[in-house]
Amino acid sequence: MTKRPVLILGGGSDIGLAIARRFAAESYPIQLAARRPDELEPERADIALRHGVEVTLHRFDALEIEQIEAFFDNLPDTPGVVVCAVGLLGDQAEAEGNPRHARLVAETNFIGPMCALECAAARLAKLNEETAIIGISSVAGDRGRAVNYWYGASKAALTAALSGMGQCYAGSKLHVMTVKPGFVATKMTAGLDLPGALVADPAKLANLVYASFLKKTYTVTPLIWRLIMLIIKNIPEGIFRKFKRNSKHRVAQL
Amino acid sequence: MKLSGWGRYPQADCVVLRPRAIKDLKDALAQGPVIARGMGRAYGDSALNKRATIDMARFNHMLAFDPVSGLLTVEAGVVLGDIIEVFLPRGWFPPVTPGTKFVTVGGMIAADVHGKNHHKHGSFGNFVEWLDVLGPDGEIRRCARAENNDLLAYTIGGMGLTGIILRVAFRMQPVATAWIRQETRPAANLAAAMAAFDAADEWTYSVAWIDCLSRGDQLGRSLLLLGEHAREDELDAERRGTPFSTPRKRKLNVPLDAPTWALNKWSVRAFNQLFYRNGVRASGQSLVDWESYFYPLDGVGNWNRIYGRRGFAQFQCVIPLANSQAGISALLREISGSGQGSFLAVLKRFGRQDSRFSFPMAGYTLALDFPVNPTTLSLLEKLDQITIEHGGRFYLAKDARMKRGTMEQADDRTAAFRTMREKTGVAPAFTSMQSDRLSL
Ligand SMILES: Cc1cc2nc3c(=O)[nH]c(=O)nc-3n(C[C@H](O)[C@H](O)[C@H](O)COP(=O)(O)OP(=O)(O)OC[C@H]3O[C@@H](n4cnc5c(N)ncnc54)[C@H](O)[C@@H]3O)c2cc1C
Ligand SMILES: NC(=O)c1ccc[n+]([C@@H]2O[C@H](COP(=O)([O-])OP(=O)(O)OC[C@H]3O[C@@H](n4cnc5c(N)ncnc54)[C@H](OP(=O)(O)O)[C@@H]3O)[C@@H](O)[C@H]2O)c1
Repeated sequence: MTKRPVLILGGGSDIGLAIARRFAAESYPIQLAARRPDELEPERADIALRHGVEVTLHRFDALEIEQIEAFFDNLPDTPGVVVCAVGLLGDQAEAEGNPRHARLVAETNFIGPMCALECAAARLAKLNEETAIIGISSVAGDRGRAVNYWYGASKAALTAALSGMGQCYAGSKLHVMTVKPGFVATKMTAGLDLPGALVADPAKLANLVYASFLKKTYTVTPLIWRLIMLIIKNIPEGIFRKFKRNSKHRVAQL
Repeated sequence: MKLSGWGRYPQADCVVLRPRAIKDLKDALAQGPVIARGMGRAYGDSALNKRATIDMARFNHMLAFDPVSGLLTVEAGVVLGDIIEVFLPRGWFPPVTPGTKFVTVGGMIAADVHGKNHHKHGSFGNFVEWLDVLGPDGEIRRCARAENNDLLAYTIGGMGLTGIILRVAFRMQPVATAWIRQETRPAANLAAAMAAFDAADEWTYSVAWIDCLSRGDQLGRSLLLLGEHAREDELDAERRGTPFSTPRKRKLNVPLDAPTWALNKWSVRAFNQLFYRNGVRASGQSLVDWESYFYPLDGVGNWNRIYGRRGFAQFQCVIPLANSQAGISALLREISGSGQGSFLAVLKRFGRQDSRFSFPMAGYTLALDFPVNPTTLSLLEKLDQITIEHGGRFYLAKDARMKRGTMEQADDRTAAFRTMREKTGVAPAFTSMQSDRLSL
């Protein structure tokens, strides 16, 4: 039986592409959805050639929430797995002074992705086949920190929403999975000064995501980040506040 | 960061850029001279530029494949090993391959690499249909036989000094299996080896491992290894249904630099002796999987470390056919006399080739490694002289130390290459430590 495609929202993201390649290696056809799909032609050709699967490109803007039904209506095939890798780290300082930027961060990390995933979930559940939603959130949502709390708060909202959605579809054939990566070497983190040993390769994260998809895990976080966040979440607020922004304690920026 | 070629000599502190998009390349070009770098498998300083070395690793997309003609279009940073992994199971193999699969297509074109089939099929450049080159002005030029032919001709073998190769279309060859039918023929000395090459002219692949430490009437004692892509009916019955599956290789690794005393005259001599004896015993026909046949060294990760921390230099020259026997004999006498030989040297017959700046010409090529130390460096200069006296020239992809005058004496195309660089405006835009050293 031919597999249903895997749809990647934010198809140009490094993490999204790595996940696409991982599924393509298992012979899943791929749909890459991005704001400027034409720029993804080399990726499309490469995945198709390397893995011998069909790969298609689709225009998608997570902020155009009124278009989301039409977007799904126009897909050539209904996907069986929908991955959302859309995200924006944004500029924390800018967000503090400029409400428009704050809103952009919130909408790009939470409202846009979640509206798209709601639409996807309704359609996947209706198929009544084994399907999955994979939302990429972040460990940054586990505790708001001075360096990036607008980003962190939007990711916290996304994490909470995905958790709720998972409960909502429990008992159906739709599995909802939340991925909370730590640092990953991508366009988003290029140029940031991060501790090298904690920065993962997107392909490595993709392996973890695929293995977790097979196991129907609820929440995926690399082991080391589970430990780091366990500590960070349990630091008492009084001590937490003494950590200055941009000081050495920038662990778990994302 | 500290960077070197595969020989780990010389090393230099280079700024390494890892661009993602053409726009990033243009930005880098606007800042001053750059050099492109693939997998860094050239031995010396061809892919080093202290100010800006451009790592092409992110230009690694395969773009199109025509299963009728075998034309494959890729970005220049695609690695040969990936191409084989994808296309061998579909019945296609690269038309020409160097002795390692960890090279990029861009690097293969810039060095215009040769393989064991050079006498029959020529170098990699022969199979290039077109390529796109980013020039000093930030323009991308499509180069083919019919358009921008000069740029095409100079870029093939141009060592990255004509621009940055972005995309390439080249023809793959169809194969029926992933196996090579190999025949080993021992040759007692150089004359016998050359006669054996002549007698084996019809074979697609031929190469000889030559024992550089043997002397006297054994000088040039070799094992000639011949190969053909096996047909399906040549495989064992149980492999016939799955002609493209081969055993998975376990990869060994050299984790540390070997101490410098580990490679000495006696250990090398003993190794060569053993290799030759085993070869004589095993001579005759056998079926070998593609990895063991083409890339025996790729099975040992970081093998360049066995030469120790100071690194090693490779010497590779070609001597024109008329002088081949005299020239190679003289080189071998010098090497065996010095006792500084490498594990094994490679001897190979080249076919005809006329190109602007590529290395091969009709004749014999000899390649061998030396640990870097003052004794071997002065030996290498003697080898340079012998090569020049016999009308030979040198492979820039292996060179790390040649002097400018040596290059000029050996290769009368040097001046034309330099003029082309000045006239077309690429000279100030693309420079490597090698091009500076040789004033190319
Ligand atoms: C074990 C071993 C065996 C080998 N066997 C052979 C052999 O049998 N035959 C043979 O011919 N060679 C052989 N070589 C040499 C090797 O094939 C060449 O040096 C080749 O160029 C290496 O490719 P690379 O991608 O590593 O390029 P690099 O070493 O990174 O660069 C080599 C040259 O290519 C240029 N270059 C790289 N990418 C681009 C680009 N995109 N645009 C423009 N210029 C570019 C660089 O500027 C540089 O001048 C061997 C090397 C090793 C280590
Ligand atoms: N990298 C990390 O360390 C890390 C850590 C934890 C979580 N994450 C999360 O992982 C996900 C993937 O990020 P990444 O690291 O791969 O970085 P990335 O390459 O920058 O990916 C982010 C993607 O979001 C897309 N996007 C932004 N706004 C959009 C919109 N309005 N509509 C559609 N697409 C939009 C971007 O597309 P354009 O190309 O059109 O801009 C880009 O492809 C993100 O959700 C990120 O928050 C990353």
